[in-house]
Amino acid sequence: MKLDAKIPEGPLEQKWTKYKSSVPLVNPANKRNLNIIVVGTGLAGASAAATLAEMGYQVSAFCFQDSPRRAHSIAAQGGINAAKNYQNDGDSVHRLFYDTIKGGDYRSREANVHRLAEVSTNIIDQCVAQGVPFAREYGGTLSNRSFGGTQVQRTFYAAGQTGQQLLLGAYSALERQVGLGNVKMYARHEMVEVVKIDGKARGIIARNLVSGKLERYFGHAVLLCTGGYGNVFYLSTNAMGSNVTAAWKAHKAGALFGNPCFTQIHPTCIPVSGHYQSKLTLMSESLRNDGRIWVPKKQGDTRHPNEIPEDERDYYLERRYPAFGNLVPRDIASRAAKERCDAGYGVGPSKMAVYLDFKYNMMNKYGRAEATKQGITNPDDATLLRLGKELIKEKYGNLFDMYKQITAEDPYEVPMRIYPAVHYTMGGLWVDYELQTSVPGLYALGEANFSDHGANRLGASALMQGLADGYFVIPYTIGNYLSKEIHTKPIPTDHEAFEEAEKRASERISGFLNIKGTRTVESYHRELGLIMWDKCGMARNEKGLKEAIEQIRALREDFYKNVRVPGSDSGFNPELDKAGRVADFLELGELMCLDALAREESCGGHFREEHQTEEGEALRDDEKFLSVFAWENKGDNNYELHREDLNYENIKIQQRSYK
Amino acid sequence: MGNTMNINLKVWRQQNENTQGHFEEHKVQASPDMSFLEMFDVLNEQLIEDGKDPIAFDHDCREGICGMCSMVINGRPHGPKGGVTTCQLHMRSFQDGDTVVVEPWRANAFPVIKDLSVNRSAFDRIIASGGYVSVNTGNAVDANSILIPKEVADTAFEAATCIGCGACVSACKNASAMLFVGAKVTQLSMLPQGQSERESRVVAMVDQMDAEGFGACTNTGACAAECPKQIPLSVIANLNREYYRAKLNGK
Repeated sequence: MKLDAKIPEGPLEQKWTKYKSSVPLVNPANKRNLNIIVVGTGLAGASAAATLAEMGYQVSAFCFQDSPRRAHSIAAQGGINAAKNYQNDGDSVHRLFYDTIKGGDYRSREANVHRLAEVSTNIIDQCVAQGVPFAREYGGTLSNRSFGGTQVQRTFYAAGQTGQQLLLGAYSALERQVGLGNVKMYARHEMVEVVKIDGKARGIIARNLVSGKLERYFGHAVLLCTGGYGNVFYLSTNAMGSNVTAAWKAHKAGALFGNPCFTQIHPTCIPVSGHYQSKLTLMSESLRNDGRIWVPKKQGDTRHPNEIPEDERDYYLERRYPAFGNLVPRDIASRAAKERCDAGYGVGPSKMAVYLDFKYNMMNKYGRAEATKQGITNPDDATLLRLGKELIKEKYGNLFDMYKQITAEDPYEVPMRIYPAVHYTMGGLWVDYELQTSVPGLYALGEANFSDHGANRLGASALMQGLADGYFVIPYTIGNYLSKEIHTKPIPTDHEAFEEAEKRASERISGFLNIKGTRTVESYHRELGLIMWDKCGMARNEKGLKEAIEQIRALREDFYKNVRVPGSDSGFNPELDKAGRVADFLELGELMCLDALAREESCGGHFREEHQTEEGEALRDDEKFLSVFAWENKGDNNYELHREDLNYENIKIQQRSYK
Repeated sequence: MGNTMNINLKVWRQQNENTQGHFEEHKVQASPDMSFLEMFDVLNEQLIEDGKDPIAFDHDCREGICGMCSMVINGRPHGPKGGVTTCQLHMRSFQDGDTVVVEPWRANAFPVIKDLSVNRSAFDRIIASGGYVSVNTGNAVDANSILIPKEVADTAFEAATCIGCGACVSACKNASAMLFVGAKVTQLSMLPQGQSERESRVVAMVDQMDAEGFGACTNTGACAAECPKQIPLSVIANLNREYYRAKLNGK
């Protein structure tokens, strides 16, 4: 299979502009006769569904949650990047492009990333126009902060709940179209099959999660905006329902899966506290603007953090990476935390945590500035802390509250304890420049595709990509496909392809129910997660990956013999929903390990222990692996690897350095 | 970790919207660091292993922001702690040996789907009736050309933090949705972007709210007291003001 990324000709800066002005259009009368199915209503899905409906297409949107507003984009905390250069600190489209490519450790496509940087500014304009209440300065202008891997302030935010505000903006736009009758919304529906006719995606089978019934929907095109698959690790910062099912069904229907092993382990999450733990909670990267990360210089130091004097603390990120300090990219910060903990310097009851400490900046940055403002000369430490605390509260209040609620410790008084956790998946369905998968008419947007973040995503870039794809990319690129579909009449859903797809889904469901074994779905999921975390997590090696593949195969086999799914296929049955999702994770996990095994280099979040520099940094092999791995599903858990070579024409590839 | 707690649960069981429900008793061993929903996970695993029907409940992000979890715990939406959702409530808020009563949101406009899950699509329909700024993608001007004083932006943001969980409705003796509607109306009526539709919006949203069967507001304030995001009661005063203003202007 020859992979064609369909990157437009011409200079990098003009590719998107030229593409937009030459891509075929669909006239308004024809748009009304074209149906588009959008699966998932997070930032990518809601923005795509709303925008396509505004343009005149007939849209059907699906989400498994009880309302489109609950998609997991809602939980994004820190912010969204845009090359606005409002801070006059030297930002530009080129710099955002460059930072993103470098942050991704040179494993993403130049053309896609440049387009992302170009449209980033439109996103902020659009969101503000919708009434998204971003943080502002006293003069009424928008406020910015910094995120990892950059040296400018280009992140727009709304306290620690930026994702919520952006999603509610997109959700409002979507509901407006629902109200106008241009979008038909199907909540509590889960896509369980892609329907293909003559090689093209022509619809989906969705399960109504309330009635349990399988339903058929036709579309001239199908957009998957279904997020990432971090829950393959069981414990992650994803929502409980986040799953790979829609993307996996697409993969089984012929869509290639790109770089499945590229997983982002986020450095600052609340550590695991017990075996019953169901999920992990992120503490936003924005906290690293003002929080300093450290461990005691002495191994196994059990003193209270506030009793450890300054000169006995190791601010290891500032020590190892003086140029970026606490704001190194996520993969680097995570590995550095793991390194310290593995070496015996970890803190807290489990010793698998490091400190994130705000006291220094609370006093010296915020406290001192406020004291000066209030005309207090020679303020004492208590005054500085009191004044600083107020400002910290304004910036991160909800995060501090959340931390306190979970751990019963007050982060205004003692440093947070944090440890890396699975957060995001850079891998996903392989798409071309138009966001089309290898199945014609089937598109993937947002985290569900693989395209923009290479081997490591920079903070505040996921929101940017989700909205870029939905508001500003797909509305243009889908025209190239749909302009050729204007003569296609809606295909009745009694077509044999729909019959067959529904039969597959129905057999799978009765298969789960008929096993009647002894183990819960949850117990399989938990066991799979442990295998993945131990052997395909922050550090990977050949031996571990090979073991993991064997273990996952055995676990999958056992699942189909011993799982117990209670209830029936009619009515509301969340255990049955979960069984389908875990069954897909049990296949995906193996593919992730195969991908990690095949990529014999380290890059970004993919760290193969056999490939590292003397200083323990990721060691790429650009000779052999300057490419995307795109896997084809050959059935029965067999996969064939295809490669898309990456051509860097504008950026000089080098060893990534943040020192 | 820590000590084991024995909890006696009385949980509402109801097969679907059309059947009669009842309370069912269960004993669970919990740990103080567990979240309330993790206790339900443990109970459900137990039930499945015993060949019984697990308890259906809604939940998703488990970090207090998606608004999906919805349990009335000992008579209070989201339980005894102020300012948190059910998923952020931890067992350390209870004592060993406590009896805890768990029910679904109770409101005619939120029919029970099963056990503790209810249908809140009425909220979506209220938003669809006017909870937006009509601006198509591509029409926006430069973001900084709309200057918004910080205090205005902060107040709009405070109102916009509503997670649409429905605790306000559940807490209200009249099952009124005024806090929910007031929050959205306040956010958009304060901002310059929301001015063009300021009057038509509030009327449409209130009409839809009434059509969905939510009750009237009697200013008791239970909604604001139970709101996990602490949306202030003042948004209701503002909603009333906006509504009268629109009506006086003949909308």
